[in-house]
Order: sequence, then structure tokens, then C-alpha cells
Amino acid sequence: MLSAIASRLSQALLVMLAVTAIAFVMFRYVGDPVAMMSREDATPAEKAELRRSLGLDRPVLVQYGDFVGRVARGQLGVSFRNQRPVVELMAERLPATLELVLVATLLSLSVGVPLGVFCALKPDSAAARAIQTLSLVGISMPTFVTGIGLILLFAVVLRWLPSFGRGDVVSIGGWTTGFLSRSGWASLILPGVTLALYQLTLIMRLVRAEMIDVMSSDYIRFAKARGLPPRYIHFRLALRNALMPVITVTGLQIGSLIAFAIVTETVFQWPGMGLLFIQAVSFADVPVMAAYLLFVGALFVLINMAVDVIYTVVDPRLRTRRA
Amino acid sequence: MANTGKVTAMTVPSLDIRGLAVNYELADGTVSAAVSDIDLTIMPGQIHALVGESGAGKTTIGNALMGLLQEPGRIAEGVIRIGGKPVDTRTGRAEGIVPGKDVGAIFQDPMTSLNPLFTVESQLCETMRFHLGLSKRQARERALSLLNAVGIPEPERRLKSYPHQLSGGQRQRVVIAAALCCDPRLIVADEPTTALDVSVQAQILKLIRGLADERGVGVLLVTHNMGVVAEVADHVSIMLKGRIVESGPVDRVLGAPEHPYARALIGAVPRIDVKLDRLLAPSEENPSAAAARRKVRGAAGDEGGGAALDVEDLRVEYGGVPFLPGGKSKAFRAVDGVSFSVKPGEIFGLVGESGCGKTTVANAIAGLVTPTSGGVRLSGEDLASRRRSGARKALQMVFQDPYSALNPRLRIRSALAEPILFYKLAATSAEAAEDAAVLLEAVGLDRSAGDRYPHAFSGGQRQRIAIARALGPRPRFLVCDEPTSSLDVSVQAQILNLLKDLRDVTGMSMLFISHDLAVVRQMCDRIAVMKGGRIVELATSEGLFADPQHPYTRELLSFAPSLDKIARPPAPANGASL
Repeated sequence: MLSAIASRLSQALLVMLAVTAIAFVMFRYVGDPVAMMSREDATPAEKAELRRSLGLDRPVLVQYGDFVGRVARGQLGVSFRNQRPVVELMAERLPATLELVLVATLLSLSVGVPLGVFCALKPDSAAARAIQTLSLVGISMPTFVTGIGLILLFAVVLRWLPSFGRGDVVSIGGWTTGFLSRSGWASLILPGVTLALYQLTLIMRLVRAEMIDVMSSDYIRFAKARGLPPRYIHFRLALRNALMPVITVTGLQIGSLIAFAIVTETVFQWPGMGLLFIQAVSFADVPVMAAYLLFVGALFVLINMAVDVIYTVVDPRLRTRRA
Repeated sequence: MANTGKVTAMTVPSLDIRGLAVNYELADGTVSAAVSDIDLTIMPGQIHALVGESGAGKTTIGNALMGLLQEPGRIAEGVIRIGGKPVDTRTGRAEGIVPGKDVGAIFQDPMTSLNPLFTVESQLCETMRFHLGLSKRQARERALSLLNAVGIPEPERRLKSYPHQLSGGQRQRVVIAAALCCDPRLIVADEPTTALDVSVQAQILKLIRGLADERGVGVLLVTHNMGVVAEVADHVSIMLKGRIVESGPVDRVLGAPEHPYARALIGAVPRIDVKLDRLLAPSEENPSAAAARRKVRGAAGDEGGGAALDVEDLRVEYGGVPFLPGGKSKAFRAVDGVSFSVKPGEIFGLVGESGCGKTTVANAIAGLVTPTSGGVRLSGEDLASRRRSGARKALQMVFQDPYSALNPRLRIRSALAEPILFYKLAATSAEAAEDAAVLLEAVGLDRSAGDRYPHAFSGGQRQRIAIARALGPRPRFLVCDEPTSSLDVSVQAQILNLLKDLRDVTGMSMLFISHDLAVVRQMCDRIAVMKGGRIVELATSEGLFADPQHPYTRELLSFAPSLDKIARPPAPANGASL
């Protein structure tokens, strides 16, 4: 078990090194940092001086080592655009994105799993057929269309919900949360639903397929032959087996949601990481882009490790044999 | 019928079926009868075996009793009483009895019948808590005594175990404990030992016999294995196409079967106590088969007096590189120094229980795994560098499961022509197709079979096709890994006869792997017994069975179900046909 975790950790470190290498290449070679940081009328001597002071005249590998060292210490540079430390900028934006993703994930699990189970147990019912058909729409509809459609209906026509922003936020020790105010909740609903819709349909279809598979397995037939009540068989036994792959997919989806909430955040002008990134791209703000890349890389590595750990908890076959 | 409760328990049948019929009502309105006219009585403490080939309907009867009948199957008519309790079949399903409480179930594969995510305790106790209303503690105590009763050592610790921590035999014991936990009057055991090794099979059969005697529970034993029936059952019913054709005490039915089908079925059982030239198989070959078989060209005859196959000190290890420096190597030795040689034209048997390394030997010979050390030589040619196609085409393989051995999206003709064309044994694809047709006839199929896809064929037919495919490259050596263990006994007899005939016609050599001692005895000239990756005994077939030397061989032979009760096959001349 320990050696398994150690080998996972060393793999994770390798992945992170590869990600820092890409981020470094971005930093160093996408555009010329000296040209971006010096004044228009700087003399070649001034530029050379700046190059030396930034350490850009040293061998590439030394610079890379230096970069990894700085990343390890949390120094990700200063944003070109608003001249503030990147770490500070990201810390400001992180709560907005995390809260949005949390709401979307809870929503998709709490609706997707029951719907999936229902469709698996009553595959021929009219409701299940309708859900199946609708899920196809949900899975193929682009996020921006859903978002704009929801805004049109609930914000413009019905005027029930705000169309952009986070509403009133409360700051607790540097973490700004929208969970504590009415307008904060109201603002979460539309982007939350928009972001959840794809994941919801995905989970629903996955649970349905897995559940149908599990229900025809020998151990469920054996449970039926022992006369256990259907509800017990469906929800206590079969669902647990069916949820195994859902853990993996949900884990990966949470990563994607955080990393790629860009479209939803843009549509709803949600002040999260995605919006920060899209702005960084349009201003060629390399330090922010590189830091974002590192962040996403670290996030996926962490989530994958967490999924592995959860798997060992849920599936006894993966635990060490206690003799 | 109204007073059944007052009659003493020992005189009330555990199961009483009169005129049972199960129909499948298809979507287009047609009705196909799965079983009909079934009469069956099992007294308490009796084991009643239901035998027949796949598709005969024996499992359907078991499923109907357990409430597991699959849609659109329904009980069309008949009266069922379980422990005197009438079963309401008006809805087409068995109502009014509680599965698990009135009828216990034992399934075929203990590897898949327990839920991998729950402990033994939770799976045993849930049934009792639902049916008997026991508290957690009461259920736990009862579970402990049940585990004791089914012979599981350290029951306290095993309660906390998950299924994957138990061996196949222990899992089947847990399944039996679960079947017993509510003291049912009847247990339906559907092929309870088919997935187990012979030694474990012997133990489980003993356990079931003992439980039936002690607890007075009636057992309906669904099986295709005559040896199991002879070993453990009191009564037997033989089924053919959904009907019982013969029924009676085991000694009488197996010793002197009356119905022609029963005679044919029992005659096809490979015997461990006597070697026959040919198994008594119902003939389904067309006359052209023998002629076509003579056209099959083997590449034998060019051995130069040497052995057909030489295996020398073969070792295969799996896994093993430690993660941390100085860590222990975790290599598992699947094959640990195996040497033997196969003479030209010989059928060489390899027997042993699962995990003994016999399949790994086959895979190493076929080049499907790379040996850690040791050599394999085919007619003196080292197979380590298998690049030369000469050696590759000279050695072909027949696999165990004919259902997964054929590509379902390839027409039979293409599947057979593929290796022929690959090894350039035919100039044109038309020529290869003709070769394929001859091969099909040689294995007893029609030429037109080439037009169809694998799903159109039964298991036995598919295995014939797999053999034809292996013959395509004109091999000198055929590796058969359990070629008949997923087939019905009469089909098995046909396939075994076919393999023998092919050997006689082409003169090729064979490595024949099986866990079934009786089959090996019928097939092989010499036999090696494997245990723990090593050969513990190697002898001629007659010598091994007449005078086994190694204790393990004797043990294996003692586990094999005795066939004393089964009728000696009549002379082949009056063999019955199906």
C-alpha cells in the first residue's frame, strides 16, 4: 500500500515537472519578456541590462531550474496587465469558480444518479424514454446556447434571476462566498444549471448503463434468489456497484469544470478563474496563462490521486489483504 | 392438501411438481415451450439430479422454482408444492413462496455469485434479517454456526472477509451457507461444482450430501456431469428438449438406461476406468467427412526420428521487479522447470488443477507468453526466435472457449482462409476458399457453413470450426487447451473422436490439456500431472491410471467422481443415435 502511494506520488511529480516545463517554455519563448517589460524607447544597452537583471542570459537549463524553484516557493510572477502578483489574482478568483463548480457538481449528482437508476429499472416506461431523449439534447447542446437561452428566459423575459455577476458576496478570511446572501444564491442558479447540464446528462447515462449491467450480474440474481426486497437490492446493493465508474468520471469532470468553466463564466460574466484566463489570453498576459496552466495541471493530478484513494476505500478488492 | 401442515415433516415432499410447463411468449405472439409435462418429487433429504444438455430446459425449471424466470418466460400450467406449501402459478410466476426462505439457491460460479463490495457477514445476515426478523447479533451468531456447518475454518475472521479474500471453494461454501440460512425445505443447486477443481468439487459434493442427510432438506441438483450425479444423487431425471425422458433411482437409470437418448447420453460419458478406442458419440457427421478428412494435409513425417516437441527446463515468472531498492522480489513462478518431449504422432496430456501452470505451459509453447528461461524446440528447431513462419505455422492452437475464439464479425470462410493466405499456402483467395470448404467437411460440417457468421453455430460446431481453422496452416503440432470443457458431454465425445481421427489421418502430434482425468485417459498416449508449476508424474496413460506413483496423482484420481454406477458402454455396433 505504501509503495503504491509512493509510486503514485512519484508519477504525479513527473507529470508536474512536465507541466512546469511547458509553462516555462511559455514564459520564456512566447513573446520576448524584455520587449514587453521595457519602454518603447529603451536603448539596446538598457535592454541588455534588463535581460541580465532578469537572468535571461544564463543557460536555458539553469533558468528552468530557477523557474521550478520559484514555482515551488509559490512565486508565479507578476501579471503584465495589472502589475499584481499572479498568485494574488488567482486567489481572488478561485472562490467564485469553486463555489460555482461545487453547486454544479452537487446538482448533477443529485439529479443525474436518481434519473439514471430510474431509467435502468423501468427502461420501457414512457418517462424513461422521454428522459433518454432529453438527455441526448442535453449532451449535445453547447454550453453557451444553454446559458444564453436561460438568461433570455429567466433574466430577460421573466425577470426572476440576475443575468450576470455573483451578487453580494461576504468575505470570510480572504474567501469571498456567495452562499451567505440571497442575491448570491440567486446569481448562482443560472450559471450553476448551465454548467451542470452536460455533466448531469453524462452521469445519468453512465449510471443507467452501469445499473443495467449490474442488474444482470450473477450476484444480483443471487440476491433475488435469496428473496431480498427489490428496494434493498436496487439501492443498497446494485447502486453501490454501479457507482464505481461514476466516481472516476465525476472526479475527472470536476477537474474539467474548474479548468474549463470558461464559457459559462464568460456568458454570465462570472468573476472566476475562467474569466481571468480568457482576459489573460486576449492581453497576452503570459505569467497568468502559465500560472493557470500549472494550476490546471496540479488540479488534475490531485483529483486523480483523490479518485484512486476513494476507489480503495469503496472497493475492498483494491485494499491490502489483511491476512 | 389442506392438511399438509399436520403430516409429519419427513413424509411431506420437499418438492412436488405435477405437469409443469414453462412457455416463452415472444413479441410476435408465438409461444415456444421451454419445458412441458414435468413431474418431479423430491423427498426430504433426497438429492434429485436433473441432467441434460444445454438447452434441455433443466435450468428453466430451477429458475421457475427460485422466482428467477426471465421475461417473457411464464409458468403456463402445472402444480408446484414446496414443503407441502402450494405455489400460486396463476400469474405465470411462482408466487406465494419466498425465495431464500422456502427455496435456497446455489449458483454455478462462486466467483461471481457474491457481491464483491460487501463482506461475507453482510451478505449472510441480510437474508436472515429480512426473512426471519433476527436482530443484528442473532443473525451474526447464526451466520457463525452456519459457516461452521459448511466447514469454513476460522468463521469469526471469515465473517469480516470480502469475497475476493476467499478461495473458490470457500466462496461456494459461503453461498451454500447463504442458501441454508433460513432453513428452506428445498435447495436448487444449479451446476454447483462446474466451476470448481476436482478436489474442491469432491469436498463440495460431500458437503451437500451431508447437509441433505443431516438437515433433511431436499436438493434439486441441476448438472450436466454424470460423474457428479453418480457420486451424490439419489434420483435422476434425464431431460431432452424440455421433457423428462427417463427418471428413477440413480443406480437403475445410470446402470440400465431404457430410453435411447438416455443410453446415448450415458454412453458418451468419458470413462476414467477403461480406455476405449472411440467414444460412443451420437453421429451427426455427413458421409463426406471421412473423405474430406483424407484430403487434409498434415506436414508430419519429417521428424528425422527425433521428438515432435521438446520442452526443456521451461520457467515462466510473472511480475516481480521491486519498487524500492532492496525490496523483495514478488515474482510468481507459474511454471517452474518443466521438461517433457512429445513423440511424432503422439497425443500428450497435461493435467492438473487450476493454477497449476498447465495453460501457461501451452501459452509458452504457442509463443503467447515469453518464457523466463528454458527452451522449446519443435522438431529440433528452437522456437525462441519465432520470426521464421515455418515454425509458427507448424504449431497451431485450439482454445477452450469456442464462443470467444472466433471473430464474430468474420464469416467462417474468411476466418478459415485467413491463415491459409497469410502463410501463402494458397495462391488465390478462391483456392483458399476451396481449402476452407474441405476443412469444414473434414471437421464434420457442411461446406455452406462458410457463408455464415459464428453466431449461427452451436458451441460444438464452433469448436469444430476452431479446429478447422487450426488445421488451415497444415500444422505438425496442435496445442489443445481444454478444448471440450465448455461443451456438453455428447458434443465432447464427438470433438474428442474428431481430434483422434485427425491425428490418425495427418499423423500430427498434440499437446492436450485438461482438468478432466477421464477425458485425458480417453485421449492421450502419455500424461504428465502438474502441480505448483512442476510435473510431479509422467507416465503412459495406462500406467498412470493403473498404478499411480505420486501421492498427488493418487489424490487427484480419488477425487474424480466414481463412475461405477454408470453402465459400461455397449459395443459400438448398437450405439444409439440422438
